[in-house]
Amino acid sequence: MRRMSTGRSFTAVWLLAAALGLVLAAGVAAQVPFARLQGAPAEPHNWLTYSGTYFSQRYSELDQVTPDNVGDLELQWVYQTPVHGPWQSTPLVVDGVMYLTQRPNDIVALDARTGRVFWVYSYPTPSDHRACCGSNNRGVAVLGDRLFMGTLDAHVVAVDAATGAQLWDVEVADKDLAYSLTLAPLAVKDMVVLGTAGGDRGIRGFILALDAATGEEVWRFHTIPGPGERGHETWEPCPPNPETYCDPEAWMHGGAAAWLTGSYDPELDLLFWGIGNPGPDFYREQRPGDNLYSNSVVALDADTGEIRWHFQFTPNDPYDYDAVQIPVLADIERGGQLFKVVLWANRNGFYYVLDRATGRFLDGVPFVSVNWAEGLDDSGRPIETPQPPGAPTYPGIQGGTNWYSPAYSPRTELFYIPAWEDYGTVFAGEPQEYEPGRSFIGGIPTMFAPVPGAPVVPGLTRGPINTWTAAAGHGAVLAVDALTGEQRWKFEMTDVISSGILTTASDLLFTGARSGYFQAHDARTGDLLWKASLGGQIVNGPIAYEVDGRQYVAVIAGNALSTFALRD
Amino acid sequence: MSRPIFRRLSVCAALLFCTSGLAQAQDHGDYDPADIEYGLSVYRSQCVTCHGDSGDGIAGVNLRSGQFRRAVSDRDLRALIANGIPDTGMLAFDLDSAEMTGIIAFLRNPNFELDAVTLGDEARGRTIFEGKGDCLSCHRVGQEGPRGSVDLTSIGTTRAPSALRRSLLDPTGTMRPIDRPVEIVTAAGERFNGRRLNEDTYTVQIIDDQGRLRSFDKDRLQQFTVHTESPMPSYGDELEEQELADVLAYLVSLKR
Repeated sequence: MRRMSTGRSFTAVWLLAAALGLVLAAGVAAQVPFARLQGAPAEPHNWLTYSGTYFSQRYSELDQVTPDNVGDLELQWVYQTPVHGPWQSTPLVVDGVMYLTQRPNDIVALDARTGRVFWVYSYPTPSDHRACCGSNNRGVAVLGDRLFMGTLDAHVVAVDAATGAQLWDVEVADKDLAYSLTLAPLAVKDMVVLGTAGGDRGIRGFILALDAATGEEVWRFHTIPGPGERGHETWEPCPPNPETYCDPEAWMHGGAAAWLTGSYDPELDLLFWGIGNPGPDFYREQRPGDNLYSNSVVALDADTGEIRWHFQFTPNDPYDYDAVQIPVLADIERGGQLFKVVLWANRNGFYYVLDRATGRFLDGVPFVSVNWAEGLDDSGRPIETPQPPGAPTYPGIQGGTNWYSPAYSPRTELFYIPAWEDYGTVFAGEPQEYEPGRSFIGGIPTMFAPVPGAPVVPGLTRGPINTWTAAAGHGAVLAVDALTGEQRWKFEMTDVISSGILTTASDLLFTGARSGYFQAHDARTGDLLWKASLGGQIVNGPIAYEVDGRQYVAVIAGNALSTFALRD
Repeated sequence: MSRPIFRRLSVCAALLFCTSGLAQAQDHGDYDPADIEYGLSVYRSQCVTCHGDSGDGIAGVNLRSGQFRRAVSDRDLRALIANGIPDTGMLAFDLDSAEMTGIIAFLRNPNFELDAVTLGDEARGRTIFEGKGDCLSCHRVGQEGPRGSVDLTSIGTTRAPSALRRSLLDPTGTMRPIDRPVEIVTAAGERFNGRRLNEDTYTVQIIDDQGRLRSFDKDRLQQFTVHTESPMPSYGDELEEQELADVLAYLVSLKR
């Protein structure tokens, strides 16, 4: 880890900025200084970070659209991308301008009121990148007058928010080793923070902070500790004569990617980040030990990247139960006590409540059918119940939930989970030797079919026809008490859900489905209040913003971003 | 008397399907005899020219060994067959799903011995299908039969012989959820029977027993029932073993 002193920066950065003739990220003329990002909850007309605010609640204070008038929503404008493929981006909105990424690595600046395009920046993505699981990009970060984007070949670029002109471009890892950056960065102070993807291809994961002015690396946190670092002992040495294949260098290519945006608590000055699965995904025997910090949330000092605490959800995971979800931060007052917590619906099927300052486990309960563990012990560690060979494990490989953003409403104190229910996978791990840059998953899992040979839920994409039906697994929006995990309501779907969730100050909940419906519910009861069939799968999170006093709700379905507002 | 398949190849080389003297497997792992036998026919039509009746027609390659230098898993084998091997005589083969399942099963069991008929005579099978079996009263093949049940016109492309055989013997247990018969009564009292083509949380699209395409809002229906019992009888009770094998051979031959 490369560290710089806390007081590093400002003189040197000012001088550098002056020398380059650039507008400094924290400078007086900057449009979105750090202070605005900290105060994002107070300006709900904008959507300033991937998850809306640093606490990542996907909650908007806008209340023009209400349960009473949501039926009057109508389409305002559509932006269609020329590039096909699941479109997982969340747009930002800054003072009437929307910044959106589209495949493979374009940034589009649009008028958020009309959808008309100001400019398009296209990063020249090389065709030989090895990004796993599609050429996704989930969005940009804004800081000062700049936008920041990770690329599929593991570069980070800074772009002038006014013109789309590229300001810097730095390579942070080797694309030939399957490193790629698919997440929306998080801008904090004068830095831009990102994590790498590639966890199914034998990378060694990291989270890093770059100087927003120059692109220079400020710190790098390896998600797999190296020799001598705390946690390295959880990549245990192989026994002398192992009965099955054991990889003595497992930690060097053990995955633990960090492919989704984290959260930030300015008061604690801690970043919270979810870490992905260890590799090879399905054959745990060749990497003995808990395999930290795979499948964990880590709390990092924002200035140095040093780890303050961690909590591991699934030790020595053979199910690909990535802890790649959005860390949702909340301050909840109940019974005269203030709980400062991290809320986490994990891919492994359990819902967790953690103390934000210490990482201490406060509560954990299953939110879908779980049979890989019979419960959690007092420390939150799972009590494992591995299923016999050939038997389905619940939840299946896509998890009880996945990367799709959950939401928390401080008004209802409910946590909202896009969930997959009654969905299992037959896991069968096989030893696999590491080959640089190649798929490193250790076996082929089989989706559990209700009838042998029947269609199963497609993992990442779906066509226009649902042939698997609810019998193979189905989606649901679950509302659980944020502190206890107790289910308050459930809205079942026939199809599965890969959409994020948004709630608003009028107690509306917006979400979508793979079948292409964009829909609004009563956030307190789950009642369906409105829906629109947009004709393409929704695999991202809806946002709310306001321009000229009018509230908009935007969502991407298929190859189109659609924006709704109340009828004039 | 049972004999290994490869030895038998030379005996019945001129036949598309070798149906007599077949022996049941003693140990065939997860591979179904019907698939292995079908794989033999795929081998006969696609592979034998180069690899020979005995599987050792290429120097240094012996398919009877069950060992493959470039493939470990079935997935590897599928990729190898689908993509070929560059700079060698091994071409890429565009096999349908059923053919691929068959050839993999066969290659995994090259010395497999059969003692029961699984794939019979296609022409006899068609006669039974259209006559005694009365299959066209529900299913459609080409331009014949109603549209309400599963269309079998190209069923031999998408389903392996083992799956087709299971469907003949246990129609309810093997009925795919999307194929379950649905019964719909609208708010106005109109009743429709048919099969789902698509469904989401709010709507369902069916083809009814009159062959009409219909779409319904689920929350406006008086009744929406998905039956889990198949209306098809088990043909294990209706047909002799040889007749079953004949019908199976006919179904396997249905490729559009």
